[in-house]
Amino acid sequence: MKHLLSTENLVASDAIRILDTAEEMSAVGDREVKKLPALRGRTVVNLFFEDSTRTRISFEAAAKRLSADVINFAAKGSSVSKGESLKDTAQTLAAMGADAVVIRHWASGAPHRLAATDWIDAAVINAGDGTHEHPTQALLDAFTMRRHWSKLSGVASTGADLKGMRVAIAGDVLHSRVARSNVWLLKTLGAEVTLVAPPTLLPIGVEHWPCKVSYNLDETLEAGIDAMMMLRVQGERMNASFFPSTREYSRRWGFDDARLKALDDLGMKDTIIMHPGPMNRGLEISSAAADSPRSTVLAQVRNGVSVRMAALYLLLSGDTREAAPLNTVTPAFASPSSKESN
Amino acid sequence: MTEVTSAHVPSRVVLNQADIDRALTRIAHEILEANKGSQDLVLLGIPSRGYPLAVRLANKIAAADPTVNAGAIVGQLDVTMFRDDLSHQPTRPPHHTRLPLSGIDNKVVVLIDDVLYSGRTIRAALDALVDLGRPRIVRLAVLVDRGHRELPIRADHVGKNLPTSSAEKVRVHLEETDSVDGTPVNEVVIEAGK
Repeated sequence: MKHLLSTENLVASDAIRILDTAEEMSAVGDREVKKLPALRGRTVVNLFFEDSTRTRISFEAAAKRLSADVINFAAKGSSVSKGESLKDTAQTLAAMGADAVVIRHWASGAPHRLAATDWIDAAVINAGDGTHEHPTQALLDAFTMRRHWSKLSGVASTGADLKGMRVAIAGDVLHSRVARSNVWLLKTLGAEVTLVAPPTLLPIGVEHWPCKVSYNLDETLEAGIDAMMMLRVQGERMNASFFPSTREYSRRWGFDDARLKALDDLGMKDTIIMHPGPMNRGLEISSAAADSPRSTVLAQVRNGVSVRMAALYLLLSGDTREAAPLNTVTPAFASPSSKESN
Repeated sequence: MTEVTSAHVPSRVVLNQADIDRALTRIAHEILEANKGSQDLVLLGIPSRGYPLAVRLANKIAAADPTVNAGAIVGQLDVTMFRDDLSHQPTRPPHHTRLPLSGIDNKVVVLIDDVLYSGRTIRAALDALVDLGRPRIVRLAVLVDRGHRELPIRADHVGKNLPTSSAEKVRVHLEETDSVDGTPVNEVVIEAGK
C-alpha cells in the first residue's frame, strides 16, 4: 500500500482490512491514554486547497493520536495565492521531509497527479478532489453502516461486509465526490445502492454506474431501505439553474418531517439517516431528521477519526527503506514505480 | 486458523502435546505460588499465540483454585502499535486488546507469550500496559525461552529453556490457532536455518 486515491479500484479484501483496522483504532478513543506511538517521528502534511473543517480536523486528530507530527497547510494565506504551482508546493514539502500528504484540491485528479509524478516521495491520501472522489469519507460511511448492519444481524463487525444492505443516496449527485466514492465502495462491499436526484443533478453516464437511479424519493422509501444518505446541496458549485427553487427541492428530494414519519409508518424501524456534513438544515434534511435517534451524523464524525487512523497507519507503518511492494498491492494503492508484482 | 504447510526445511519436535500441557500445569502452579494465591491475578496473552496460552493457564488456575473464574481474569494485549520495528517490517494489522472487567489498576498482571527471543515484544507490551493503567506488579510467563536476548528482560515462569542457534526458527503450533495438513496440532518445533 502506497497511496489511497480512490475507492473505484479498491478491492474488497483491502477495504475490509481498512475497516477492521479502524475497528481496533476506535478502541483507542475509549482509553485513558488516547494515543498510540505507531507513527512517532513521521510527518503528515494536511495540504488543503479548498475549505474544510471536519475532514482536516479529523485527519489532524487521527495523525496526532498515532503520534505523527502534523503540518497544516491552507492555500489561503500561503504562496499558492502568490501563484505557486502544485509541483513547486509538492517539492517544497518533499524537501521538508513529509512522509504523507493529505490533499484536498478543487481540481479532480490533483491527488493522482501528485502520486504519479516524482515530485514527492510521500504517501498521498485523497481528502476530496473536485467532483471526483473522497475515499476516506466513503470508508467512514461504510464503517458506520457496517457497525449498524452487523449489530442488526448479530454478528461481529470485524471481517464482515455489507451484503444485502439497501442504501439510498439522495441529493446533489452531480457535484458530489462523496456519492461517487460511496457507490464504488458500497458496490464492492456487496450493498445495493440507489441514487435519488433530480435529473439535472445527475452526471452524464450515471447509467453505467453500478447502482440503480431514481427521480422519486418517496418511491425509493416505499421500496424499502436500510440506510438513507442525504447529500449536501453544494451552493458554491451551483453555477446554473439545477432546480426551480429551494422550496421545491426540499419538498421533492429533501428528507423532511413527513418522510421521517413515513419511515415509521412503513415499519422501517432500523433504517438509519446519514449525512456527510456540513448540513443545510431545512433544505436537504430537516432538523427533526438530523436530530432523530436514527441520525448517525455524529457517529460518522467519530468514526471518521478511526478510519483515518487506519488509513494513515496502513500507509505509513510499513517498511520505508526499500520500495519492495507488499503482498497486497492493488491499483488503488499502487505506487508509481512498482508493477503488480509480489 | 493458520494452515501450516509441511515445510521442506529439516525440523524436529521439541515439545509435544503432553509436554506443553505439563509445562502449562507447572507454570499455573508457579504463578499461584509466586502470588501467594489467586487474589488480584490478571493474565494477559499477547496475540496471536499468547492469548490461547493465557486461556489455558487461566483454566488450570481455576482448576487448582475453585474461587477463580477463569473467564474473569484473562485478557488479550495487542502490542503491534508499540513495536520498535514498525518501519522495518511489512505492515502488521493490529489485533484486539481486551482487558478483564476488573481492569489492571493495582493488579498483578502476568504477561503471557509463546516464545521469548529478543525481548522486544515484551518491551512493547510493557509500553502498551502503561497506557492502559498501572498494575501493582508485572510478571512474565513464556512457553519457550530460546535465548538471544537483546534487552535486559527475563521471564519469571518458563515452560522450557531451549538452547538454539539464531539461524534456527522456533515454531509454536497450538490447536486454537494452527493446523498442519488440516489437523489441529499442539507442538513446538525447531526448524533448521537455511
